[in-house]
Amino acid sequence: MNFLQFFGKKTFSHGIHPPEYKETHHQETRRLPFPTQVILLLGQSIGKPATPIVHKGQQVERGELIAKADGFVSVPLYASVTGIIKGIELVLTARGTRESAIIIETALSSGQRQLAGHQCDIENLSRQDLIKAVWDMGMVGLGGAAFPTHVKMSIPKDCKIHTVLVNGCECEPFLTTDHRVMLEQINHLIRGITIALKCVDAPKAIIGIESNKRDVLEAIKPHLPNDSSITIEMVETKYPQGAEKMLATALLGVEIPSKSLPSAIGLAIFNVTTLAEIGRLLPQGQALIERIVTVTGDDLEKPGNYQVPLGTPLGHILDYAGFTGNEAELILGGPMMGMSAASLDVPTTKGTGGVLVLDKRATKGDDIMPCIKCSQCLQVCPINLNPAELGQLAAKRQYDVMEEKYNLNDCFDCGCCSYVCPSNIPLVQYFKIAKTLNRQRHQ
Amino acid sequence: MAIKTPKIDLRTSPYIRRSPSVPQIMRNVVYALIPLVIFSMVHFGISALALIVVTTFSCIATEHLFCKWAAKKTTITDFSAVITGLLLAMTLPPGFPLWMGAVGGFVAIAMGKTLFGGIGFNVFNPALVGRAFLQAAFPVSITTWTPTHVAERFIEFIPSTLALPFMRPEETAQWTAQVATDGFTGATPLALMKFQQIISDNTALFFGTVTGSVGETSTLLILLCGGYLIFRKMLDWRIPAAVIFGTAISAEFFHLIDPEAPRALFMILSGGLMFAAVFMASDMVASPITPLGIFVFGVLVGFLTVLIRLYGAMTEAVMYAILFGNAATPLIESFTQPKIYGARKK
Ligand code: SF4
Ligand code: SF4
Repeated sequence: MNFLQFFGKKTFSHGIHPPEYKETHHQETRRLPFPTQVILLLGQSIGKPATPIVHKGQQVERGELIAKADGFVSVPLYASVTGIIKGIELVLTARGTRESAIIIETALSSGQRQLAGHQCDIENLSRQDLIKAVWDMGMVGLGGAAFPTHVKMSIPKDCKIHTVLVNGCECEPFLTTDHRVMLEQINHLIRGITIALKCVDAPKAIIGIESNKRDVLEAIKPHLPNDSSITIEMVETKYPQGAEKMLATALLGVEIPSKSLPSAIGLAIFNVTTLAEIGRLLPQGQALIERIVTVTGDDLEKPGNYQVPLGTPLGHILDYAGFTGNEAELILGGPMMGMSAASLDVPTTKGTGGVLVLDKRATKGDDIMPCIKCSQCLQVCPINLNPAELGQLAAKRQYDVMEEKYNLNDCFDCGCCSYVCPSNIPLVQYFKIAKTLNRQRHQ
Repeated sequence: MAIKTPKIDLRTSPYIRRSPSVPQIMRNVVYALIPLVIFSMVHFGISALALIVVTTFSCIATEHLFCKWAAKKTTITDFSAVITGLLLAMTLPPGFPLWMGAVGGFVAIAMGKTLFGGIGFNVFNPALVGRAFLQAAFPVSITTWTPTHVAERFIEFIPSTLALPFMRPEETAQWTAQVATDGFTGATPLALMKFQQIISDNTALFFGTVTGSVGETSTLLILLCGGYLIFRKMLDWRIPAAVIFGTAISAEFFHLIDPEAPRALFMILSGGLMFAAVFMASDMVASPITPLGIFVFGVLVGFLTVLIRLYGAMTEAVMYAILFGNAATPLIESFTQPKIYGARKK
């Protein structure tokens, strides 16, 4: 039991309270018009990219399989528009790399109806078949991590799941997609939770939401099943409450052991939008081909939540949202963990929950100063690492010491340390680089 | 309609940042010191003010010169040199010769800061380095105290203040005898305690109506100024708290052994301990950053202060205690690394 729980507060220790900027939370989800072309990256999730099964010039329908999974930690990809395959090319991604993508030119005159799948009788499917069905729909964690959902659902044999945690925290500032889904798709969500419970063979689920979403609490309560197999609880609004470890601690007072999965202590954790989409699509036998994206920030005439086909180029989204600025940062994801895109041609992916346009906001000036050992970063790191020391070691390129003595690999890039650092040291950046180099070294 | 392609800026996450930045923090520390400057002026007159101006200017000039010399962008705009200058002046006797103050400022920045590589790299609190140097070089001047609230303090300097460089400062004893009204002996409460076994009144210590160094006498004012910084989250309250705690338990401990030794309250209120705890020990760069380390550091400083005060030859013990604590910081940190989330409990 942790110390904060002792005082009856549902939260975790450390973390930060950034301004919320969630102006779009009352905006109903609207459909974005189809772009003239979509750019579908083959690798949109953690794991191996999918293998294309279409060729240039081929006609495809919206919802048709265009690339199949390559191994277990990989998911298939479906066409997000009806149209003609323009090619399979290397394109620029938000990460700044060039990766393979299938480009489809949209047949704007067609009805763009999603291909009907096989109706799927959830009640009578076995656990294995359900997980297979989730895999077949190309589902990944939509909260941002984009980890293949079927992998997460395949619980190791020696683990027994006692509780499913449904993550509705959405702690990143600006983003409101989960919030909208929890208001607009309650039936889908409940059905998705039921499916997840069956997949991981667990008796109960808890939906965890941050205290800034009280309307969700009121809206969902009447729909919960009477047997209290699904409950909803409110936790403190604090970043990074939406991280799996932090949510487990806030709701149950347990710590997920370092270097272990939640299943090690009998938990399985899914994002609300992921489950709502499973609840919506799986019974129809349909695949994941679009997602809700919060489009928000500065210089936009129509910010809001949009249903966006996967692979839509940023330019199209900004165009429709009425971007009027001359200079901006374009961020895919939230402001804490997102990535800035270098071009309007960068496409959205399954993991893109937000498109954020910022003109020079809240920067402290770009001067990086030496660490003044103010200990702010230690006081906010939710993992209780020593970011100051890690930062100094990174500057000296002692990446191995960082890993062996200072638990570098427990850092999950939440960015709290960089957020508070008065010296503007790009700590998370250092840690990401160090982790990447260490991985390469170990190979 | 297609939008015109904007100029696209690229940065790395996180894209929002919390203020304050280092210069903002430093500026606020300066603000917090201003009431103490004013108080010392009211208390000791223009001599104190002149001393503050001289040390501060000396620190800024030294920092600027060294930056020029190293062909770097000058770092005086981050205000840390100003703080060092102010802090140094606060710990000196009000009649301290100005030229010595200037030397102290130079040494503080040159040897306490620049030598280690500037802000962020100093092992010791630079102001304390400067003071330790002055203590060694000018043992007499630094322990010559003059009375407070002298009638002419706003128009007349204390004679020693204007001593010429490398000259022995004028004797102040005679002047002191002239201006002092109530049998002032030139001794601070700590010296009275140590050498004459007179324990001063705690209330006087609290409000700062006793003599002592320029800015160290009023516990109340120091607490208010420190409180402001703590409130603005620009000062880590744990450090002063730990130092005070360490001092209190050590004082009580020695009092048990030797009932002649003063109690905790006197130890906390006298001899610049409060000032040192709030403004000196909390120098972020030279104190530990780990939660347990901060506590260990504070208690160590408190303990050493009491020990030196009771058994050492000097009275201004807290300065040396902090310097020692600064030196021990890397060691303290090495065995107080925080336990991470999810570490297996065994
Ligand atoms: S990015 Fe890593 S080191 Fe920084 S606060 Fe988050 S977990 Fe801690
Ligand atoms: S927040 Fe920045 S300046 Fe402060 S201790 Fe951490 S790394 Fe150093």
